[in-house]
Amino acid sequence: MIKTIISEGLPVDEKLIIRKNIITGKAGNKRLCIVTGTHGDELEGQYVCFELIRRLNENIQFLEGTVEIYPALNPLGLDSVKRGYPTFDLDMNRIFPGDVKGHLIENIAHQIVQDLKGADMVIDIHSSNIFLREMPQARVNVQMADQLVPFAEMLNIDFVWVHDAATVLESTLAHSLNVIGTPTLVVEMGIGMRITRAYGDQLIEGIINLMQNMGMWSGPVSDEISTPQLSTKGEVCFINAETSGIIIPTVSHSVDIKKGDLLCQIVDPFEGTVLEDVLSPVDGLVFTLRTYPVVYEGSLIARIFSKKCPKS
Amino acid sequence: MKQEILFSMKSPYRDEFKIQGFRFGEGEKSVAIVGAMRGDEVQQQFTCSQIVKNLMEMEEAGLLVPGHEILVIPSANHFSMNINKRFWAMDNTDINRMFPGYEKGETTQRIASAVFDSVKGYKYGIQLASFYLPGEFIPHVRMMNTGFQDTNLALKFGLPYVFVRQPKPYDTTLLNYNWQVFDTQAFSIYAGDTNIINKESAKIAWTSILRFLDKMGIIKHTIHNGFCSSIISEKNLQSIMSDSAGILYSLKESGDEIKKGDILAKVLDPFNGKVLSEIFSPITGTIFFAHQKPLIHEHTVLFKIIDFNYSNEVKNE
Ligand SMILES: [Zn+2]
Repeated sequence: MIKTIISEGLPVDEKLIIRKNIITGKAGNKRLCIVTGTHGDELEGQYVCFELIRRLNENIQFLEGTVEIYPALNPLGLDSVKRGYPTFDLDMNRIFPGDVKGHLIENIAHQIVQDLKGADMVIDIHSSNIFLREMPQARVNVQMADQLVPFAEMLNIDFVWVHDAATVLESTLAHSLNVIGTPTLVVEMGIGMRITRAYGDQLIEGIINLMQNMGMWSGPVSDEISTPQLSTKGEVCFINAETSGIIIPTVSHSVDIKKGDLLCQIVDPFEGTVLEDVLSPVDGLVFTLRTYPVVYEGSLIARIFSKKCPKS
Repeated sequence: MKQEILFSMKSPYRDEFKIQGFRFGEGEKSVAIVGAMRGDEVQQQFTCSQIVKNLMEMEEAGLLVPGHEILVIPSANHFSMNINKRFWAMDNTDINRMFPGYEKGETTQRIASAVFDSVKGYKYGIQLASFYLPGEFIPHVRMMNTGFQDTNLALKFGLPYVFVRQPKPYDTTLLNYNWQVFDTQAFSIYAGDTNIINKESAKIAWTSILRFLDKMGIIKHTIHNGFCSSIISEKNLQSIMSDSAGILYSLKESGDEIKKGDILAKVLDPFNGKVLSEIFSPITGTIFFAHQKPLIHEHTVLFKIIDFNYSNEVKNE
């Protein structure tokens, strides 16, 4: 059943509409929410919504409780290829829990939190940005790690990144829900403006596995649920460009590399010269890799998970 | 005055990106002034350029008090300004959400780090700021309530209001916040517009900054005292929200004094001009902020009105 949760006036003959699909199984009072489309340039979650709804509808006899799926928290951005909320200046994932005395978008953020509040689990799916490709991963604030990591490990993803608490991240949807007792996992995977079907399929198996563990699914579950690497067992190493130019990739995404391996070259297309050989400082797993070729000094090129990352 | 390049970076295809600083005097690091950090802050850049112009003339006339150093950075983001973007040209990140910066981090973290390295350690920090909502403010100086702020200093600008803002989690990455954390008394000056130049409000802003420098004994600049500022906070402001969307037909603007029951604006049907709603003021007060775009969404703030009754109660506490 499609339900409109928000309908607010735009200036000329249009409503800003946010909808969810509520899929109800047989008896059971657990509630799982899948949200995505906060950033209008991140589309990987769209395939997950489509395929998960299709599978649940075809196998509704196995569902116990309710799954609510919100494909588009930022419908204006998704429909106009904008990361942010058109007409509004701040990143939508930095204004939660919202403000009813501000802009309409801040009001909407407030209403979204109210609608999700009380769910037994919320999964907020992001897909990086147009520059970087991400291995399917969950991101968990260290303050929530004890509670959330066991659930993140059920999601059939490759990596769980337990990151430090940063005040600025207190304005995210996930944090705003976690602090009011609604457990929320952030999944990052793939790349902006594209759909990577294999990642979507992988996460869906994980969501069904999670549902089974939550007592919401009595049907079959993949027997190949992978165990993610946990960032607390090592360190995350950031590699940034030290020169502006064009990158020519050398390594592939999601591979293990050795210290000293060439990640990419930064070249000058005017002179035909190599400006920088970007080498891996560690042995590890490339879980974030830049695909967008133009770089400035500082542009992130890769994140590598290593058990021996030197303290920077 | 010494003109210096504080930061430079090669771009893949464009001219080199440089942040220029204008340093006046020698001695105690007295005041740092930062202009446009977003590409649409043309008013802020213009205001800063006028401060540089005034300080150069004063230097010539021997009106800078010896023993003080003043640093002015009129622009930290003309790579965006030159191509009509508000946020960083390449990746749309906001330099003013990257402080204190990180010299080994992303491009805008590096820019923020370079700016912050240049402006930290000064006794006073002044930023010409813009707001995330489109609209016009009564000229005011803003301080963040970090526990380190000295609001009495803010009175020296002689602007009509001093606004003390409770920082939200997201504000901890602003220049103003980080200045205060690193022991600089930080002020943000809000004067009118952003992406256009309003000469009158710009003049109010640069005059207030020169007045402050004079009062602090950094320059000699004889000028009237300005306003006897009122100190207000979010609690003194009543937000008036739109109850329908359409064309905004404003009848009042920032600075207007209004009585309870006064009509402030109408929202018109964009097809037939019919009045969809009339917005009345629920209180008597002064308009502090007025929304300025011709189109309005539903449930969006139109006005913020200063409630003087509330203000008096606070002062008597
Ligand atoms: Zn996102």
